Amino acid sequence: MRPLRCFVGGLSVLGPGLPGWSASEPVLAGLAPWSFAEAAAPPPALLGPAERRRAGATVRFALAAALEATEGEDRAAIETVFASANGDGAVIGAMMAAMHEPGGAISPTQFHNSVHNAAAGYWHIAAGSTAPSLSLGGHDGAFAAGLLAAMSSVAAGAKPILLCAYDAPMPPPFDAVRRTDFAFAAAMVLRVRPEGARAELELAYREGAAPFAPSEGLDALAEGNAAARALPLLRALAGRRAAVLRLPYLDDAHLELRVAPC
Amino acid sequence: MWPLAITGRSLVTALGTGTNSLREALRARRGGLAPCGFPGAPDGIWVGAVQGLEGAAPPPALAGFDCRNNRLAELALRADGFEAAVAEARARHGADRVAVIVGTSTAGIEETERAHARRAPGETALPADFDYARTHDLQALANYLRARLGLAGPALVVSTACTSGARAIMQAATLIAGGLADAAVTGGVDSLCRLTLNGFNALELLSPGPTRPCAGDRDGISIGEAAGLLLLERPSDARPGAPLLLGAGASSDGHHMSSPHPDGLGAVGAMRAALAAAGFTPAEIGYVNLHGTGTRANDAMEDRAVHHVFGDAVPCSSTKGWIGHTLGASGAVEAILATLAIEDGLIPGCLGIEAPDPAFQARVATANTPAALKRVMSNSFGFGGSNCSLILGA
Repeated sequence: MRPLRCFVGGLSVLGPGLPGWSASEPVLAGLAPWSFAEAAAPPPALLGPAERRRAGATVRFALAAALEATEGEDRAAIETVFASANGDGAVIGAMMAAMHEPGGAISPTQFHNSVHNAAAGYWHIAAGSTAPSLSLGGHDGAFAAGLLAAMSSVAAGAKPILLCAYDAPMPPPFDAVRRTDFAFAAAMVLRVRPEGARAELELAYREGAAPFAPSEGLDALAEGNAAARALPLLRALAGRRAAVLRLPYLDDAHLELRVAPC
Repeated sequence: MWPLAITGRSLVTALGTGTNSLREALRARRGGLAPCGFPGAPDGIWVGAVQGLEGAAPPPALAGFDCRNNRLAELALRADGFEAAVAEARARHGADRVAVIVGTSTAGIEETERAHARRAPGETALPADFDYARTHDLQALANYLRARLGLAGPALVVSTACTSGARAIMQAATLIAGGLADAAVTGGVDSLCRLTLNGFNALELLSPGPTRPCAGDRDGISIGEAAGLLLLERPSDARPGAPLLLGAGASSDGHHMSSPHPDGLGAVGAMRAALAAAGFTPAEIGYVNLHGTGTRANDAMEDRAVHHVFGDAVPCSSTKGWIGHTLGASGAVEAILATLAIEDGLIPGCLGIEAPDPAFQARVATANTPAALKRVMSNSFGFGGSNCSLILGA
């Protein structure tokens, strides 16, 4: 199989102790210390007042990352892939609770916010974009799923793609059956053209689970949020170093990712 | 990248299991919608419920996947020789070269609703035997199909509301074009659940009777459940005469979360992108299978969009009067329906209406019409402003 290739442009990260790419780059590169501090997502500046009011915390996280990664891009023209294991768990949880209470009713806004492509929908409204968009699940492998889909779309269509992976904690009682410890979002612009790129990526699908790699500190965040599985890639990109990464994807498959700095 | 061959296809809808159930019902103009008996559903609505799920439990080794959505998928695997077609593709290319890329809006969330309902009074925790990852989680659908079919290629679950099935098919084509797979099991599976029924009810979009898309007095959606599965391969791997996926196009509205752009700008964009991908002009399309949900807003928008692209030259209709709006499965179900229409030379006119909305400008068919069809467009639009059009051919 020939590997998929693309170049990485703009980047973003939003998670514990990682408040945006520009603030986090030295931390990710290992040049500054990291400590756990919950990140906050700003209200989505590009949305009008009505949509800004309706967009929940999970969507705000995704949109903040998408915004930073597309700095300097023509946002209205860029295609998107959004990947999230849980979607908006807070909305689903609230609807489930309401439906099982006597006389409980769900609101129209809750319902349209419950679709898995809500973050994508709000982003394209914010960006004034009619470009195609894909929203994926993927459980613990959601970031890998998003990267595989985005890189195949870049290869097939030759157009830049914004990949945004995000997840947030689930409310009770779902928190007991689906662990997500904190909110995290990562976003990157992937393209065929090398101009201004930070690195080239080469991706191959490999059978077999990714080898177990004990992790601590920053890397251990990957255990607390599916989107944080982007961290080894983000760290290689921040450090501008060549790397071969084995990204967990399915129970019996992983992605072999070669990172070459430009 | 185009065309791709459809080397397997399977359908489960309210009309029955197997493509022939839909084929015969289309010809006889016999719908499958009925008054809703689903527990916890709003009063006074009709649905397209699938029969026979009680006999579609997963095999014992995959029992943890048991939920309404995976039972729908199981029924589809058993129908239309689909499992055998996949086995052939697996032998041809290798298990790791067959991807599973499927769409769903709610996966096995109905299992979560049951888990909520069977808690003892005062108990807040979900039952200990509730298997979130293999039922509720979106990925459960792809993981079930992949395990059940003995496949080892990439697996993706697309969830873009009511375009999920169509968008999954388009992404499956993209993955094959990118070289990640030589074949893909694709399509959509979506099942009835309280969340969807009550959610559309909260938006006041459900019809009190069987849905009547394109009618001047149309009054909303009938929700249905369905599984539509396709096996895609390169034409060189298919027998001559296999149905073809000629092209696909997608767009976003970027307008509103649950209301379509009034002039259907996003819909026009998806239809034009599909035509461009397939390399055909609007006049080369013989029939457009509309998204046609039966809501005031969708059908009016889609009429304007279809008229904008096709004028009044190309017949169009919605077939949701037969099986309801099957949400994340609809794009896949209707893509398969499009291939049946081509094979049978039949334009199925909208069911349950005598004449289209007098305000409509597109050429809406309300009676069955024989036609030598070569190429059919299938439209899907969804919440979040997601649009996808597929072009099927022979």
